[in-house]
Amino acid sequence: MSEDLVATHVLEFPGGYTRTTGPVIGRFLTELRDRRLVGVRTAGGRVLVPPLEYDPDTGEPVTEEYVEVGPAGTVQAWAWVGSPRPGHPLDRPFAWALIRLDGADTALVHALDAGSPKALRPGMRVRPCWRAATTGHITDIECFLPEVTSLVAPVRAEYRVTPGRALTRFLEGVRDGRFVGGRCAECAAVYVPYRESCPACGSVIEEEVEVADTGTVTTFAINNLPDPRAPEVPFVSAYVLLDGADTPMITLIGGVPAHEVRQGMRVRAVWVPPEERTLSMTNVKWFEPTGEPDADLDSTGGAR
Amino acid sequence: MRDVAVVAFAQTVHTGHDTGLAEPELLLPVIDEVKRATGLKRFGFTVSGSCDYLAGAPFSFVSALDAVGAWPPISESHVEMDGAFALYEAWVRLQHGDIDTALVYGFGKSSMSDIREIMTLQLDPYYLAPLGLDQVSYAALQAAAVNADRAALDEIVRRSRADGRANRYALDLPDPPTGKNTGEEFEVEPLRPYDVAPVTDGAAAVVLAAGDRARELAGRPAWITGIAHRAEPHYLGMRDLSRSVSAAEAGRAAGVDKGRVDVAELHTQFSHEEPILREALGLSGDVTVNPSGGPLAANPVMATGLIRVGEAARRILDGSAGRTVAHATSGPCLQQNLVAVLEGAVLETSA
Repeated sequence: MSEDLVATHVLEFPGGYTRTTGPVIGRFLTELRDRRLVGVRTAGGRVLVPPLEYDPDTGEPVTEEYVEVGPAGTVQAWAWVGSPRPGHPLDRPFAWALIRLDGADTALVHALDAGSPKALRPGMRVRPCWRAATTGHITDIECFLPEVTSLVAPVRAEYRVTPGRALTRFLEGVRDGRFVGGRCAECAAVYVPYRESCPACGSVIEEEVEVADTGTVTTFAINNLPDPRAPEVPFVSAYVLLDGADTPMITLIGGVPAHEVRQGMRVRAVWVPPEERTLSMTNVKWFEPTGEPDADLDSTGGAR
Repeated sequence: MRDVAVVAFAQTVHTGHDTGLAEPELLLPVIDEVKRATGLKRFGFTVSGSCDYLAGAPFSFVSALDAVGAWPPISESHVEMDGAFALYEAWVRLQHGDIDTALVYGFGKSSMSDIREIMTLQLDPYYLAPLGLDQVSYAALQAAAVNADRAALDEIVRRSRADGRANRYALDLPDPPTGKNTGEEFEVEPLRPYDVAPVTDGAAAVVLAAGDRARELAGRPAWITGIAHRAEPHYLGMRDLSRSVSAAEAGRAAGVDKGRVDVAELHTQFSHEEPILREALGLSGDVTVNPSGGPLAANPVMATGLIRVGEAARRILDGSAGRTVAHATSGPCLQQNLVAVLEGAVLETSA
């Protein structure tokens, strides 16, 4: 077939094709213009929405009784349109739905603006979203929207926090490139970070001790969600039992692929240069492997 | 009732694109083929099925008569529906008793426009058409209502396309994608692109004859022992889309359940329509459905339903089946259904 012999042909009724509605459909569309939804009752008592002139079950004319229905309704079935077409009522993904309006015995076909197919479920409650100017047309309802079942509440409060005396003492040590712990005279346990009382026996801790910046990984987690405090994803956060301490401290592990981190791994703190240090844990970039053989966790006493 | 049989059937080698033939040019070979098969040059009645919206021209079916030859004047009719419904009119016309033969044909070139949107024009103009509800969208609503098993639908498409590849008249379509990670794209959820019958151009013709005339024209006429057409409400929300009451009623009226069914040719333009129709017609899992590949392998709109009758009849005419069922549909979501039962032997009592 020669491409030269292909022509575009348009079939169109300029300005649209005028149709009379008849009394029943006309009543529905008139009520629609007034933002009301009505059905018509059949001789058998059913309420047809949208109204038809004849009962589809019997072929008998419907009664002249109109019943206000909705505006809320229940979704019976839907089909999700991921890529809307030019003729579709919405220009974003939406669902076609069969909606049984409250008080109706039949379902209305319309568009449902649900955002995502995951938001849809059988029995979902929906309501019409009316166009700003109504004209007596089925598209006076722009679409249906899910009923409100949840809302998003913004929460934000600001605080001024201080570390307290014990943690300040610990951070002073970190500023100077040292880990400071406290020894409980009663329990003989060394707590890192430094604290002023023993959480086990309640005694006041009076002895300050410095522990090593090397230690053993007791347990760890591989994190796949980004965190502003971590260098990259995935990153490893671990409990490290510093040599000379009896309680582990949570830190980052770096300088090693995440999948190679293991319990018992020997690690050492990586300090930022002295001139960059502040009263902050960021002085420790992370802990990295020392290359020593793994420690026996039982001999370290594990995490308390 | 007069016994009426299909005595000849012809169809084009359907294409998925416009081959450059105008409709009368598409029709001429199939009309010629059934004339040669029967030796008939004139028919008691001629009736066609087509859709002017496919060509976008009013009374476009009139020009198709060029392929038939209408002088001296012939007795002719047309339905703005699939050719299967024209065949129903021909069957009724033959019951009048004054004529013995009828020519039925259907044709369509859906490559000329966007069939999804052309079909919107057939919807009611008050409640559905203004929404821009397209053909695949309303079919997807029915697929959602019937909630058919995805693996079963995939198998229907795979089987139909494989059968279509073995049918020289149907399109050559590949197996649908398989496995969990393929075919993730929905056309309109829950329908995938391959659940939808392909765009197809084509035509078909059938010759019906009554009584002894049928016996003269074919060695083994395919007798129409039952035929019925039933409709449901047009509006989708007025019916239970998960089943087809009208197909069931038409099947009962045509007598589908009065005997064994060797083959059923069903007008399934979407894969999920097969389980709906199987249930409505009481066709068990072991009844062979659409051995031609069916509409999922070739869908020349307005000839597709007539081809179901032709394919069901062909298996009687060639002796490969004893009793077959043909189904044709019209309107959104299987709104109207026509069912015919074709048999090689006709009971004495009905003669």
